[in-house]
Amino acid sequence: MSSGTIIFLILVVGVTVMGFVAAGWGKANLQHFDEWALGGRRFGTLVSWFLLGGDLYTAYTFVAVPALIYGAGALGFFAVPYATIAYPVVFILLARFWTVAKKRGYITSADFVRDRYGDRALEIAIAITGVIAALPYIALQLIGMKTVFSQIGGAFGAGGGFVALGIAFVVLAAYTYNSGLRAPAMIAFVKDALIYITVIAAIVVIPAALGGWGHVFASAQAAMAARPVAPGTAPAGILLSPGMYFAYATMAFGSCLSLFIYPHSITSLLAAKSKFVIQRNAALLPAYSLLLGFLALLGFCALAAGIATKDPNAIVPMLFAKYFPDWFAGLANAAIVIGALVPAAIMAIGAANLLASNVFKEFSAQRPPGETRIAKYLTLAVCACALIFVVELPVQYAITLQLLGGAWMLQIFPAFAFGLYTRWFHPTALLLGWAAGMLTGSGMAYWTFRATGKFGSVFPLQLGSLKLIGFIALYALIANLAVAALATLAFNAAKASKGTDGTTAQDYAV
Amino acid sequence: MKRRAWYWLLIAPFVATLWPPFYNHADPALFGLPFFYWYQLLWVVLTSLLLWFVLLMTREPKDV
Repeated sequence: MSSGTIIFLILVVGVTVMGFVAAGWGKANLQHFDEWALGGRRFGTLVSWFLLGGDLYTAYTFVAVPALIYGAGALGFFAVPYATIAYPVVFILLARFWTVAKKRGYITSADFVRDRYGDRALEIAIAITGVIAALPYIALQLIGMKTVFSQIGGAFGAGGGFVALGIAFVVLAAYTYNSGLRAPAMIAFVKDALIYITVIAAIVVIPAALGGWGHVFASAQAAMAARPVAPGTAPAGILLSPGMYFAYATMAFGSCLSLFIYPHSITSLLAAKSKFVIQRNAALLPAYSLLLGFLALLGFCALAAGIATKDPNAIVPMLFAKYFPDWFAGLANAAIVIGALVPAAIMAIGAANLLASNVFKEFSAQRPPGETRIAKYLTLAVCACALIFVVELPVQYAITLQLLGGAWMLQIFPAFAFGLYTRWFHPTALLLGWAAGMLTGSGMAYWTFRATGKFGSVFPLQLGSLKLIGFIALYALIANLAVAALATLAFNAAKASKGTDGTTAQDYAV
Repeated sequence: MKRRAWYWLLIAPFVATLWPPFYNHADPALFGLPFFYWYQLLWVVLTSLLLWFVLLMTREPKDV
């Protein structure tokens, strides 16, 4: 066995043990839903920082963002403004959500929507949207692990990495079932430490080996200019073409609105012990965004290093194999696998919470006994679905569905985020708006598939003589809001009942 | 209620990063990084500092 494989094995086995040991953290009764699903809402600033960082900046992110830069140039850098402006949103919106969730005992976003609007259909729509957006996300984490296993080779590569993936999956499901949110919270410390070590090493060593950033950007620009370009499109480069300004801004803005309404983000945020912990983390989490920004630039390093591959997602592991000794590449591989296990566990818990608390039965603040048990079983079911997804379907399906999932996820924004401030919208109008947004987003994505042969995240909207290439999720949100507002006016005119609101103004106050 | 007025400061990162013509230039470069890149990375840091400042100005004595 090589030194890299030994280091990899030690780290992965070590965190598995941690995942099971985490059940004893704080001597909690894990039969209690709050304890299993949210770690008892007792995490302080430090634990929350590692947990949220480990949850939001997934291994897939760290692989896919450089891949996007490698393929699309400057456009791929939208992830950086996105991961910047998301934090003011957390600071204001999610801190308010934490307050009302703590007072009323919510575990999911759909719990809040049910309590606020008293509408069962809207609750189910919100919950199902979260679950279908989470599934392909989990599948992508598993795919990331499989890529590493097949690259290590030997026993790990057996059956194209599927055997090792099967084992990793059983372990993931078992400790999540056993320890709940405490497992990923504890493992996140190791994950984030490994990610920081490997990424900082990479951004110091690799550009220096390539002759400095100035040289990296010049070579990358030359490499992209030499590519064949489809007629009617601007070539990728180290700067944006003016036609893509609107796409860049709308992708950053639309993504920043949806990041924190994903079920795994909500789960990690609600585990914080106070509103202050969330606000302090909003100021501290950008450290990860800085890391992501520098890591993104590895996409240009790969171009400058002359790395040519059909699978852009392989460029980060390829750079590590090329510029680092074997033992360090083993460390980087462990970082990717552990970096996938943390968010996969939280996503499974978040999706299971939605199913247990909002779909199978409606939200009740009493939390009947047995709900925890149902959520625990559902975690296993969610993991199994994601595994079947990975084994049965081509990788492209997971990527496409994750893209569509982003557009779908944003459609709960009016009911969830506007609902935190106003009860003006009529619940049925919000449901109609949601449906309009889902249809618009899916329709636009399908149109790009028909026009270009693959699903994209931007759509060229023709307004008279003006062509606006913009983020599909945001166009869909505009359609959603327009329908919800018009329908509310219509319901008001018809003097329709607005349903009951379980919350009071005091529930939102500090 | 008065303290909430500080929240308006948080519009700054949106204005600064969501208008690409502002910063879509190669020059001036810093350590070889084109302006486009270091400007946006700088805003990651500035946003973090701004959030910290707003937190200090709006926190209640009982916050822990």
